[in-house]
Amino acid sequence: MKRLVIAVLLVGLVAFGAMAGEVEVLHWWTSGGEAAAVAVLKQLLEKEGHTWKDFAVAGGGGDAAMTVLKSRAVAGNPPTAAQVKGPQIQLWGDEGVLTNLDDVAKAEKWDTLLPKVVADVMKYQGHYVAVPVNVHRINWMWVNPAVFKKAGAKIPTTWAEFETAAKKIQAAGFIPVAWGGEPWQEATVFETIVAGLGGTDFYKQSMIEAKPEALNSATMVKVLETLRMVTQYTDKGAPGRSWNLATAMVIKGEAAMQFMGDWAKGEFTAAGKKPDVDYIAARAPGTAKQFLFNIDSFIMFKVKSAENEKAQKAMARLILQPDFQKVFNVNKGSIPVRMGMPASAFDIPAQLSMKDFAASSKSGDLVPSMAHEMAVFPAIRGAIMDVVTNYINSDLSAKDAAAQMANAVQAAM
Amino acid sequence: MKESHARGRLADRLEGGLPRLVLAPTFAAILVFVYGFIAWTAWISLTNSRLLPNYKFVGIAQYITLFTREPRWWVAILNLFVFSSLFIAFCIALGLILAVLLDQRVRAEGFFRTIYLYPMALSFIVTGAAWKWILNPDLGLERLVQQLGFSGFTFRWLVDSKMAIYTVVLAAVWQSAGFVLALFLAGLRGIDDSIIKAAQVDGASLPRIYWRIIIPSLRPVFLSSVIILSHIAIKSFDLVMVLTRGGPGYSTDMPATFMYAFAFNRGRLAFGAASAMVMFLAVMALIVPYLYSELRGTRNA
Repeated sequence: MKRLVIAVLLVGLVAFGAMAGEVEVLHWWTSGGEAAAVAVLKQLLEKEGHTWKDFAVAGGGGDAAMTVLKSRAVAGNPPTAAQVKGPQIQLWGDEGVLTNLDDVAKAEKWDTLLPKVVADVMKYQGHYVAVPVNVHRINWMWVNPAVFKKAGAKIPTTWAEFETAAKKIQAAGFIPVAWGGEPWQEATVFETIVAGLGGTDFYKQSMIEAKPEALNSATMVKVLETLRMVTQYTDKGAPGRSWNLATAMVIKGEAAMQFMGDWAKGEFTAAGKKPDVDYIAARAPGTAKQFLFNIDSFIMFKVKSAENEKAQKAMARLILQPDFQKVFNVNKGSIPVRMGMPASAFDIPAQLSMKDFAASSKSGDLVPSMAHEMAVFPAIRGAIMDVVTNYINSDLSAKDAAAQMANAVQAAM
Repeated sequence: MKESHARGRLADRLEGGLPRLVLAPTFAAILVFVYGFIAWTAWISLTNSRLLPNYKFVGIAQYITLFTREPRWWVAILNLFVFSSLFIAFCIALGLILAVLLDQRVRAEGFFRTIYLYPMALSFIVTGAAWKWILNPDLGLERLVQQLGFSGFTFRWLVDSKMAIYTVVLAAVWQSAGFVLALFLAGLRGIDDSIIKAAQVDGASLPRIYWRIIIPSLRPVFLSSVIILSHIAIKSFDLVMVLTRGGPGYSTDMPATFMYAFAFNRGRLAFGAASAMVMFLAVMALIVPYLYSELRGTRNA
């Protein structure tokens, strides 16, 4: 009898242990702050009794991670969750390997917590298949106010004012724009000008819907001419420069401004600079009301065992809960994607960003970034970026470039 | 008598078949993993695969798009021609000249040979990174010469769309010329002394001896160098990626980097596969005539 009781207890213990599932998570957050941020999610999950199997593949843009993910998926053995963002989520949905998170979404009321623009990116055919983690804003202009003061220039709010300020800064012997000549950086400035000069509607038609009439239009020609104008105010060492070296130019006072997303803030903080004192985070000219977003998210694959599915749903739930949203985003330098979070834990540029996020969501000026793989499929993004980078680095005319852009997008569809 | 004869025949057959048996696993592996996957790539290039492979046949649509609606592909092909021809020409010229000079029984021949051969020990990635810093206008050669006093000196090839491809040639020649030097030096040492002595007796000058006798007899070395160098040239992915990442814009794009970007980064697997097949066919166009001439030569001999 005693042996029977012990046996039953042992089986019960083992069964209880087996109730906790395992999540295998593919991501490329391997650098300091990012790794600390992911560790938070791991701890929260382990507190609930599940195990976290980390599957980190280094490589900033995620290229290596995506290749690994594809080979795992083709082999029929995808991880539980993978860091995939934007329209790529739809491509994965097409392959039929993603699970349905609608039960978690309903229980946690995700539809009320997320702006509709964001929720639509996370859904495949109306069902949640991915969970967003954070929000980065693209259309920032990082300014060194001391350089502006020395040159006697005003921080520009429109692209016309930019040209005036840039001329003054150049005359004073500084580099007006710190520029990194990599295709994604050039595309970042390009789409900022599209939004700032063309407005939200034009941005939606050209960068999200990629309509040929919008790409090969007079507005696009004007945008490209402005882009050419901006590149006149960069320095000769720009091609191939990485973004953080360009930020360093602004920090050191060699350059006046840089058009870069909010991850540049980390460079200023690491250099001990204070916002509004040593540097100013201004909205890029013409984009004061607009918010170009880049959202990292985890897609969830279909898993075979019930315990792992429980763990997976727990992970999805935990990601959008306030504790994780606060700790993760403070560590990573982005802002929470969950709306209505108290702003007190975040620094001044982040608070400004959160305010703009809520405001632009209401006014319809919250748009996904094309350059950061949020707006269009990778093939179309690649086609647009090829034309932009070739235009900047050659003497192609704006009219020809606009025509080429429309052609390239149609060929890539 | 008959029994031992039979045993001998069996042993012979086993001995004859043993090499084939030993090579069979490797042969099977190559058949599947090299030729099998080349065939798979060819099949994928005839489909409409985007992110993941999809096996529905759509004909040569990808090839048509590649050649008619993709300006970046033509840049890549032109760059391959420019790079390959300059790379092979300069490597052979430099290698030959250095080999001839080293062949003059100079005193520290071993020392010089080591110096010239050393860059070959580096990977293309290291070469690319080093030359990227040297050719950077703000950090490298231009700044150095300007600080020496020549304030008007500029060397902006690396950041100039039209000249960037020549920087790739520069870095690649620096790396591989030593290897060609070693090949030619070995070839020169293999030439029979008596021919040279006979020419000297006939009163020919040294340059004439080199031009008329020695260099023509190095023809096999020329051929091997060209084959090896063109293989390095077509494969040059890492050098381009590190030195220019495709260059200002895409001016130093090569078919290899083009294929990688389109197949893996842009979710256009079939399109990238089509470009890979074109590269493959280009290599075949070089290798098949060479193989044919070699095999025909041995048969006649």
